[in-house]
Amino acid sequence: MNFTSGKELLAICNKKNLLISEVMIEREISQFDLTKKEIFSKMDETRTVMEESIENGKKDSKLSFTGLIGGEAKMLHEYYLKYNTISGKSVLTGVINALSVMEENSKMGKIVAAPTAGSSGILPATIISTAKRFNISNQKINEALFTASAIGYIITKNATVSGAEGGCQAETGSASAMAAGALVELLGGNPTQSLSAASFTLKNVLGLVCDPVAGLVELPCAKRNALGVSNAMLSADMALAGIETKIPFDEVVEAMYRVGKKMHPDLKETAEGGIAATKTAREFEKRIFK
Amino acid sequence: MSISTFDCLGPIMIGPSSSHTAGAAKIGLVANKIANNNIKSVIFYLHGSFAKTHKGHGTDKALLGGILGFDEKDKRIRHSFEIAKERNLEFKFIEKDLGDVHPNTVLIEMTSNENTITTIQGTSTGGGAMEINMLNGLNVKFSGNAPTIITVHKDVPGVVAKVTAVLAEKNLNISTMSVLKDESNNTATMIIEVDKIFDNSIKDLLLSKIEAVNKIYLF
Ligand code: SF4
Repeated sequence: MNFTSGKELLAICNKKNLLISEVMIEREISQFDLTKKEIFSKMDETRTVMEESIENGKKDSKLSFTGLIGGEAKMLHEYYLKYNTISGKSVLTGVINALSVMEENSKMGKIVAAPTAGSSGILPATIISTAKRFNISNQKINEALFTASAIGYIITKNATVSGAEGGCQAETGSASAMAAGALVELLGGNPTQSLSAASFTLKNVLGLVCDPVAGLVELPCAKRNALGVSNAMLSADMALAGIETKIPFDEVVEAMYRVGKKMHPDLKETAEGGIAATKTAREFEKRIFK
Repeated sequence: MSISTFDCLGPIMIGPSSSHTAGAAKIGLVANKIANNNIKSVIFYLHGSFAKTHKGHGTDKALLGGILGFDEKDKRIRHSFEIAKERNLEFKFIEKDLGDVHPNTVLIEMTSNENTITTIQGTSTGGGAMEINMLNGLNVKFSGNAPTIITVHKDVPGVVAKVTAVLAEKNLNISTMSVLKDESNNTATMIIEVDKIFDNSIKDLLLSKIEAVNKIYLF
């Protein structure tokens, strides 16, 4: 079994009455000659690394090697415990976890690129913190991760998930689209709603440039991951409420790709534009690479 | 190649960058295997973006980690400088323009305990993938994704057939094969990717059975 677009995926889901995760698992079995057991044990390993990266990053206030980020997940966590916050429990626990993974990544900790290292905080943070809040089992989390990968696969196949090729919209945008679609399934939504949620997230960040300070995956990347979490959560809620995307997912992906292609090379990971080209960013750069 | 679930959710890796850290560790690990883990000292010539940002991305630690035998998931990468010192492995990083190559390229020069030198050049092509493009000065091309056998042999007729016969005898199925000739010294290099893992005895078998074969690298 195989599919190459959102449209084909939905057609299979509707015809066979399957969830996106079920279709993706069947695809994996048929395309890569693996057993269901092998696939799930790989996903168990993936999920475990995700959980560990969430826990490890926020443990301490150590700075990254460059000193650009670090300790911020812990700071936000302490603030959250102490005060009545604006964003509230679900968004903030997700954001704390996303910052945590990004800090772990910058300290050369172990992470899962999802779909890239620069966007690695969004998916684990969104899915795992929501699953905890709703007491959802690991088995269900694994399944939601397959849904996420189905969305990531469609974007990779028809566009790109790389900041160097499509800007940050392609990287953290795709990660949040994956997370939003997975969240919907995690909370009992249907495949159409998953793709609506994924469409909302991508549309929300269309045009977002990739401009990492000094070319390192730290600034503004960690906070873009924080944004990605809230973007995914809001989009999933809108979709679960029954709001449908007026523009089909495949067309949104195509639009994202087109915008990415038009983006000037300075705005695609080269650290020649955007935040990376600010006066202060240049000073950081000099200090780091002196 | 079809895209799998674990291409979208992966690789599992040591941060911070799939191209500057994970890919670098993989190049280092292939170099380690090519040198049969017999390395007394190593020099890394870093090119382009590797030269510019290796400190911030930990590219240096990842390359050295690979040389120490660690894969891209191994947490010891973070401490590879200290571990190399404990193991008395000398290492040096030199920024160098390697010419018209991909920006994420490194040339690795390894000296064994018997003072033989092996050089290997690799490029991190993105998303944690890499490609080896030079071995001992010879242009080659392989990805390190499949078990690989490399032979260096005298360029005389019949060697290819003899090598494939030995592989068949060992039940190894060849998935890709390429032969590169170096006319200046009448040698040829053959890169064979096979579909399953072999044990190291294949090396002695090839060397003893085929006279024209001078050197075998496995990984
Ligand atoms: S700014 Fe660039 S490097 Fe940073 S997260 Fe976005 S795409 Fe990745």
